[in-house]
Amino acid sequence: MTPLTHASERRDPTNWRRLLRERPIIPLSALLLVLVATYAVVRPGVVNADWAGVMLRAAVPLAILAGCQTLTMLTGGIDLSVGAVASMAGFVVASLVSGPGFEVGLLVALGAALLAGLLTGIGVGIFRVHPLIMSLGVSFVVLGLANAWQIIMVQSSTGVPPELRTIGSERLGQLIPYSFLVFLPLAGLLLIGLRRTGYGRMLYAVGDNPVAARLAGARSWQVLVVLYVLSALMAAIAGFLLSGLTNVASVTLANSLVLPSVAAAVIGGTSIFGGRGGLGGTMVGALILTIISALLTALGQPEAVRQVLFGSIIVAVAALYARVTGEA
Amino acid sequence: MSAASPTIDETRSRPSEAVVDWVRRNGWTLGLLGLLALLLIYTRMINSNYGVAGIQALAISILPLALAAVAQAICVISGGIDLSIGSMMALTSVFAAANMQGQSEEFAVAIVLATLVFGLLLGAINGSLIVVTRVPDIVVTLAMAFVWGGSALLVLKTPAGGSAAWLKNLVLGPIGVDWIPKAAIVLLVIVAVIWFPLRRSRLGLSIYAIGSNQLAAFRSGVPIGRTKITAYALTGLFSAFAGLSLTASTGIGNPVPGPYTLMSVAAVVLGGVSLAGGRGGVFGPIVGVVILQLVQIDLAFMSLDPNLSLVTQGLILIGVVMFGSLLQWRRSRR
Repeated sequence: MTPLTHASERRDPTNWRRLLRERPIIPLSALLLVLVATYAVVRPGVVNADWAGVMLRAAVPLAILAGCQTLTMLTGGIDLSVGAVASMAGFVVASLVSGPGFEVGLLVALGAALLAGLLTGIGVGIFRVHPLIMSLGVSFVVLGLANAWQIIMVQSSTGVPPELRTIGSERLGQLIPYSFLVFLPLAGLLLIGLRRTGYGRMLYAVGDNPVAARLAGARSWQVLVVLYVLSALMAAIAGFLLSGLTNVASVTLANSLVLPSVAAAVIGGTSIFGGRGGLGGTMVGALILTIISALLTALGQPEAVRQVLFGSIIVAVAALYARVTGEA
Repeated sequence: MSAASPTIDETRSRPSEAVVDWVRRNGWTLGLLGLLALLLIYTRMINSNYGVAGIQALAISILPLALAAVAQAICVISGGIDLSIGSMMALTSVFAAANMQGQSEEFAVAIVLATLVFGLLLGAINGSLIVVTRVPDIVVTLAMAFVWGGSALLVLKTPAGGSAAWLKNLVLGPIGVDWIPKAAIVLLVIVAVIWFPLRRSRLGLSIYAIGSNQLAAFRSGVPIGRTKITAYALTGLFSAFAGLSLTASTGIGNPVPGPYTLMSVAAVVLGGVSLAGGRGGVFGPIVGVVILQLVQIDLAFMSLDPNLSLVTQGLILIGVVMFGSLLQWRRSRR
């Protein structure tokens, strides 16, 4: 589906429209501040540095998973296997820590994630399977294997290793969460990678116009295979942090984060058709979702209302983007 | 292709040609039926007790997913995808169960009809949002999955409610001969009464047209927006049927969506419906559902770990899609 009139050809767009189109992070940050202010009004005296640390800690796993979605959405894809891969990674570490040890567990989990990503990448990149279907199929495979692994390992005791608990839930100087310190270099690398490297440009190119990218000499299958491996490895890291944060090792732990991760990327201004968006908006999007969720809990609203509001917000924000940018 | 004229006139010239053409066009479904037959024989081989009881249990267990697959097939054919089917099923199921509890059998008829209208409305809302906001289907239906799922939790917090006795009897047990499960007949009747006449109609043709080439359909005078909304409304209607079948087979309403959304996508792909839209039917996906379920049962008979059946389902899904795209690739190279 090609838009008949390109957005940039329109004359005289109002300033805020251009702002939202080109720098979505600024209005999104404003929305974030409004939400924080609302929280401060609802719960006077709660909003301080300590609270910010707690919010940040809760947002980090979601932000990493949303990063996976952003990268894949830039190429016009989507990765629904991140939930299964993240849960699997957290569980594998917990199941191996009492036997072979923490480091071995981490390596095995990352290796398994790499294989899962490789499978998705080969399907999407080489066999041209729709990413939605491919990642869905891989998530079945990963979840099933993780379940089988769970039954094999049921004899040995499993528990979230103390190292992960520290990284996932404790805070440096009771303020800055360790998980944020894991997140910062990762996000920095990705941001620089997207903006400054050939590979980053290639992601945008493949998503924006696959035919043009191919004619320009991009080997899109290599780009896609690397992309899905990267996405699975990031999901595994998110899984480590999440199991540390919740102190739970379960093969379905991160499943409930799959749809919010897509939502965070969409709110952040990344187009699901590919070629438009970035990580900055996604990170703010993940923070916005975390704070909305905390706000509703503070208001004493049940989970049901939270879900309804979540959904409505996503549609509203996406509709706003569609109107402002003239494309989806 | 003009929207008003019937599609198949030109193939009626000679009977043999028509047969060849029919086989070619339904090749995928016929292949699936062959696979299903092999699976049934295999099931019988590894478990000689598999018979009437097995078929009955199979029919009951596939009914909700088969209806969900039909729902998904309709909107995929129209060029979209609906990720809110599972949530719509949960919402319609709890709506029916909460309202039927403790009411008379006659009143339950009204509730069932209201549930179907409710489903139609939910789907129409999905479709209207997609058309009006011009946000991609995946995003809108993903978001609406939250909305409908949350609403289901507002109707009933935990699995509760009840079902009228006649509704339960409608899907449980055999009809006539022991071999024919009522659930299978219900499925066939629903599809035959709603989908088959519709498919031959102008509306059905429009649904295929907007799925296969939206611009061409628009230029041929097909009202894109209206057709899309109708396709999503039909998806909602079949989701409501699926939700009702959940209520009927379990006797209660469960507000937590089952794995139906993603499984319906799997079944649709396995059933030969192109995700690009415009190609396929609803019969293939139903056969796909039966195959997916039967594989699970076979693995249980082979006393394999039940979790491996999930792996197998994933591998079947991946394998089938890869095979399909390989075929397409070879065809386009020729």
